Amino acid sequence: MNWWYWLAGLLPFEWLGFAFMKNALLAVILVSGIFGLMGSQVISRQMAFFSDAIGHAALTGIAIGALLGLSDPTWAMVAFSGFLALAISWLRRVSLSSADTVIGLFMAFAVALGIVILSRGGGFARYSGYLIGDILSITPAQIGQLLALLLAVAVFWLLCFNQLMLIGLNPSLAQSRGVRVWLLEALFSLVVAVVVTVSIKWVGLLVINSMLILPAAAARNVARDTKQYIGLAVLISLASGIAGLAVSYYLATATGATIVLAAMAVFLFTLGLKRYSN
Amino acid sequence: MSAESGLASGGACGFCCTKLVRLGVTLGQHRILEDVNLHVHCGQLTAVIGPNGAGKTTLLKAILGDLPHTGHVHFLDSAGSRPDRPLLGYVPQKLEFDATAPTTVRDLFAGAAGRWPVWLGIGRKRSEQIRGLLDRVEVGHLLDRRLGRLSGGELQRVLLALAITPVPNLLLLDEPVSGVDLAGIEIFYRMVSQLRRDYHLSIILVSHDLGAVARFADRIVFLNRTVIADGPPARVLADPQVRRAFPVSPDLALTPELSSASAGRCLHCELEAGP
Repeated sequence: MNWWYWLAGLLPFEWLGFAFMKNALLAVILVSGIFGLMGSQVISRQMAFFSDAIGHAALTGIAIGALLGLSDPTWAMVAFSGFLALAISWLRRVSLSSADTVIGLFMAFAVALGIVILSRGGGFARYSGYLIGDILSITPAQIGQLLALLLAVAVFWLLCFNQLMLIGLNPSLAQSRGVRVWLLEALFSLVVAVVVTVSIKWVGLLVINSMLILPAAAARNVARDTKQYIGLAVLISLASGIAGLAVSYYLATATGATIVLAAMAVFLFTLGLKRYSN
Repeated sequence: MSAESGLASGGACGFCCTKLVRLGVTLGQHRILEDVNLHVHCGQLTAVIGPNGAGKTTLLKAILGDLPHTGHVHFLDSAGSRPDRPLLGYVPQKLEFDATAPTTVRDLFAGAAGRWPVWLGIGRKRSEQIRGLLDRVEVGHLLDRRLGRLSGGELQRVLLALAITPVPNLLLLDEPVSGVDLAGIEIFYRMVSQLRRDYHLSIILVSHDLGAVARFADRIVFLNRTVIADGPPARVLADPQVRRAFPVSPDLALTPELSSASAGRCLHCELEAGP
């Protein structure tokens, strides 16, 4: 990490004076990169509600971690979200009810179960940190986790993006070209679940979905092809992440929510550009 | 960058036969198709017609492997062997997608017919290759157009170009011109007929448009849960059951203008493609 402290120390920003802010900046860059990459495909397969549900279901993961007496519930959260993601994609496949219904059902159940377990004896306040997130408390080891996640997503994107794009356009068309549609859909759901769950502690359960959706939605307003779409989504995600972090430092606000407001501003700006250019 | 989307055509008898044996599809409690038996020959345009809910689209999806089915689908190529995973070309009914998505025709092609990740950008050489593939159905000028900005007819021709890249063993068209204007329909079917002859393709066309079917198909299958009638257009369109289902059929005396070009049946299909 020393190279990073040295590098960040070169930047002429007062808000980077503390080591925890340097840590937070690196974490924000990694999380923004991951979310910027993934957002486009979440939007194009209309999975915004799905990723939101996965975020909320993390409450049950935390509860399971608490029941098992784990000091860090991350793995319990990842395991439960992964299970839920696969269960939902399986139910979407075999059930005739709409995806919205299936997801809504699971989300309500998982949230209720999580709250019931966590609120035993009136102790829920201990877990409220997960609701708004706290990126300033991230440690170098946890940053390492995020880096590994970013690399994994990048590899997944290199290998599977084309096929996911095709499924997003038309599943039958994808099937006719030899794409294993259900396998890839399940894999993508799983990746979304892991990414959202691992990031929740830093970004906050309540706003994490907007961080996933907004940069890609903003990029979509102005991009003219797929390369621009993904590139702009990553750029917007990074820019609003860094700006949100800096602003939250000066205003002493929750970082995740501040980042989302920054991304929203970019979204409105690109929406204006789109209106203007039409 | 991959060049797997070349123009290489199959043998003279591209793919000799697709044989459906006692095919059935049940969704939930509904039996959509049962006991469908059908041979489709290379170089032949087989049109599947039938009332709404007859299971036409379901039939295509079962062949595609999109829906679970009972019975068998055999593919037999010109060499008489049975490939496990035959190349299928598919033009969907109407591509339901978000028209505001920034996916261009070039992105679609590069993504569907190549491994290089589209989001990293598409090189000039690959772009020219794709333009060449599009030019086969005269839509090369649409290379940079976003899918959402294409007219119905343009989109279907782009999808047709994609479906024949690489040249498939069997081409499936699911009401490919619904919502396309008259001129677009004419162009589309002209292209399909041309491709059938150029590449000796087997084509299954699901259509509502009896006029077009009568002119362009070599053979018509009237489907309603199972095969009700099967034969040359003039004969099937004269069938009383077909006339009941389509009260306003076109002039049945109409002679198929292009079907004579593709009489080529492969004999060994009949001999070897046993059940």
